[in-house]
Amino acid sequence: MARARIRRAGLYTAVVAFCFFFAAPFLWMIITAFKTDRDLYRAQNNPFFFNEPPTLDNLDFLFFNTNYLGFIRNSLFVGAVVVIITLLLAVPAGYSLARLAGRWGERASIGMFLIYLVPPILLFIPLFRIVVALHLNNSLWSLVVTYPTITIPFSTWLLAGFFGSIPRDLEEAAMVDGYSRFSAFVRVVLPLSVSGIIAVIVFTFTLTLHEFIYALTFVTASAQRTISVGVPVELIRGDVFFWQSLMAAAVIVAIPVGIVYSLFLSRLVAGLTMGAVKG
Amino acid sequence: MSVETVKPPRFSILSDNERVLGALMLAPAVIFILALVGLPLVISIAFSLSDVTVGDTSLDFVGLENFRRVIRTPQFQRAVVDTVVFTIVALLIILVLANILAVIFTQDFHGKWLARILVILPWATPIALGTLGWLWLLDSKFSPIDYVLVQIGLLGPDTLLGPGLHLNYLGREFLAMGSVILVHVWRLTPLSAVILLAGLTSIDQELIDQAQVDGASGLRTHLQIKLPLITPIMAIASLFGFILIFTDLVVVFVLTRGGPIYYTQVLSMWSYNKGLEGGALAEGAAIALFFAPVLLVAAVLILRTVRRIEVN
Repeated sequence: MARARIRRAGLYTAVVAFCFFFAAPFLWMIITAFKTDRDLYRAQNNPFFFNEPPTLDNLDFLFFNTNYLGFIRNSLFVGAVVVIITLLLAVPAGYSLARLAGRWGERASIGMFLIYLVPPILLFIPLFRIVVALHLNNSLWSLVVTYPTITIPFSTWLLAGFFGSIPRDLEEAAMVDGYSRFSAFVRVVLPLSVSGIIAVIVFTFTLTLHEFIYALTFVTASAQRTISVGVPVELIRGDVFFWQSLMAAAVIVAIPVGIVYSLFLSRLVAGLTMGAVKG
Repeated sequence: MSVETVKPPRFSILSDNERVLGALMLAPAVIFILALVGLPLVISIAFSLSDVTVGDTSLDFVGLENFRRVIRTPQFQRAVVDTVVFTIVALLIILVLANILAVIFTQDFHGKWLARILVILPWATPIALGTLGWLWLLDSKFSPIDYVLVQIGLLGPDTLLGPGLHLNYLGREFLAMGSVILVHVWRLTPLSAVILLAGLTSIDQELIDQAQVDGASGLRTHLQIKLPLITPIMAIASLFGFILIFTDLVVVFVLTRGGPIYYTQVLSMWSYNKGLEGGALAEGAAIALFFAPVLLVAAVLILRTVRRIEVN
């Protein structure tokens, strides 16, 4: 009994310690966001408490005196368009690899995955030249054009695995009933794949939200920045850091994305382990 | 019966159609990737062998001159060392922590759903924004870590960590390097842990029960039975982590910009500095291409691991 109790105590201690390590920066962001300047910048103050009443002024400043809302709008726009492009290209490609490509389909979908692993740092210089040649620099469209290079391989490969897990009998039954292969795909397979497609939408969107190098390189006008570059680059003006507004800007995006992401995690893990493990 | 007689001709037409349909469905994605991944790779190699700059965009062939010039600079040499050190040290810490975390999550405990969300937050957050939180946590004057260290008597006059009231994490060589590693660990441990967790939960429970009946302790079951079984999964988790740390620009960009001096310079940051800020496209491309052979090895290792999983 005593041993079991010690084990429980140890388990909870470890859980709390890990949660603290991972969540502490967010906690620190939240505390900071509501502090007054006088409270924040006095070294004698205990930084973990509100030594002066909390304030909403920093949020007010963030929303009405900076381009923050513009960054959010830009990120939403890029994310939405990239999701649409990705679905249009990756859904048919994923199905093709899963069902129509025969024996090399599986190898090809792993190839897709390897393309996803080609890091932006290897491509950003030539892509920058291509973007300039297309007169897209400083426009959000430069990101709309380049982000699918990351999201299409990833989504195609995730979808190929997903389509592959749907029993073939279902489509074959529909085809015996007179459907063509394509309409069997549209009428039978797609409705069964809604959860997989939603997962792809979530991951495509978060990938565009996370992306930094292309957004930093291709877009330099402040008004066209996306959230992940706009906040660290534009909101830091010279050496004057608006720490409270910065922290608010980060945490407002982080928490909702984190919650949505954790809902779809098992799908991602099943994908990342190449279906070796059914998450 | 009639189906039997109709089947052969219909099937061959169908398979022909299917091949065409398959190609048509795959083509748009492949063309897109060739145009915007394949072509840039070729351009990148062409740039690295030329004297192209932002000011003079004509390509004159200079052979391996860029690579030679780049290798000689101390910033590049430091960048290679730092990139390797950051990657290896962070990865080792991540694997240890992720194993512990994954085992914890195989247990039942109250508030597991909340712990799940809290633990995954660092990975789900845009990395630039998460790193920004650390930039403020590690501030030279207002770091709450310093405050705690002073309160518990480890920092300040006549204490273990020295007379100053601030450690200045990002302003000193080894502390700055440690800070970069810390942020990588913070961000990537959750990902590795969930991958390992998926591996652990897929192990046949009978094997574990058997071991425990035979008297093996919890730790021994983990090390001698579970770990060998999830080795391929662990290899994949490591390779992901490896690529993500090895090629990362954001953590260093937000945290230190390569400083102090160039003590936390990494290859990606140096490529960005040279190629874009400095306008030397050719040298920037050459620096980035140093990633290519290492990434190729990582890709081959991933493929081989996957094959091993398939065989099992």
